[in-house]
Amino acid sequence: MAKIFTKTKMLTDNVLHYCPGCTHGIAHRLVAEVLEEIGAEGNCIGVAPVGCAVFAYNYFNCDIQEAAHGRAPAVATGIKRVHPDKIVFAYQGDGDLASIGMAETVHAAARGEKFTTIFINNSIYGMTGGQMAPTTLVGQKATTCVYGRDPKFNGNPIRVSEMLATLDGPSYIARVALYDVKHVTEAKKAIRKAFQHQIEGKGFSMVEILSSCPTNWGLSPLAALDWVKNESTKTFPLGVFKEI
Amino acid sequence: MAKVTINNERCKGCGLCVSACMKGVLELSTEETNKSGYFPVYQARPDACIGCAACAVMCPDCVIEVER
Repeated sequence: MAKIFTKTKMLTDNVLHYCPGCTHGIAHRLVAEVLEEIGAEGNCIGVAPVGCAVFAYNYFNCDIQEAAHGRAPAVATGIKRVHPDKIVFAYQGDGDLASIGMAETVHAAARGEKFTTIFINNSIYGMTGGQMAPTTLVGQKATTCVYGRDPKFNGNPIRVSEMLATLDGPSYIARVALYDVKHVTEAKKAIRKAFQHQIEGKGFSMVEILSSCPTNWGLSPLAALDWVKNESTKTFPLGVFKEI
Repeated sequence: MAKVTINNERCKGCGLCVSACMKGVLELSTEETNKSGYFPVYQARPDACIGCAACAVMCPDCVIEVER
């Protein structure tokens, strides 16, 4: 019998600290599998965010630099410019990338920095206790909008992928989801393509992954995936927004 | 014939694999917990397994290994 599925060697044996059913684990695995497949072992450097994925350095079997909150694109820019031959990726959540780190993200994309960003969008601040994020959906409840997000008072969610796709710097921008096997497979293809764009030196590449947060949404892991499928994708449609 | 190996101690009992399995092979344990206090998944009907690895693809915690 041949092994058709086993844990990639680009992940360590540490047990992930994420809540049960959190799709961060799937995203970690997909990134690690792609890194192994493109032969990046020993040749890649990651940048970890502040947020739920702050311990990413415990899980990826490569060099990881922890960045200050939201500054992963700035740190990744520095690493990539000093080591242009290395494969560099930033792994960020929505509170990190779309809120405090929006300036760094937009300018890194506009400059066309040749690294890959993995953007986990779960529409909420997970680690700090479920506060409203820039990506929280209209009507979605969070601890800082307990009656649901009201666009008149709280503003509207930001579609980061669409926004960055209007810039000239990025070469590949896609949004994927992880709510079933088919979409997990498609997500992996998108991540692979993003890294391919980096290897070919085309420009900034980003994959936005619609993720679930069962704990802070107050849903079971399965109900949270259904919520991604039925609600998140209405505001954040899946697709490739830029590819050159 | 496919063989599925489940690493009980890594499992958090989220059940994503159970719903991903088209053949109804997997179930969550209801009696014994692992060291972390979660009810881990187990193969209730191993003979029905076709080795498609859908469970392993959906598992967030790299619990499942599939051989075929």
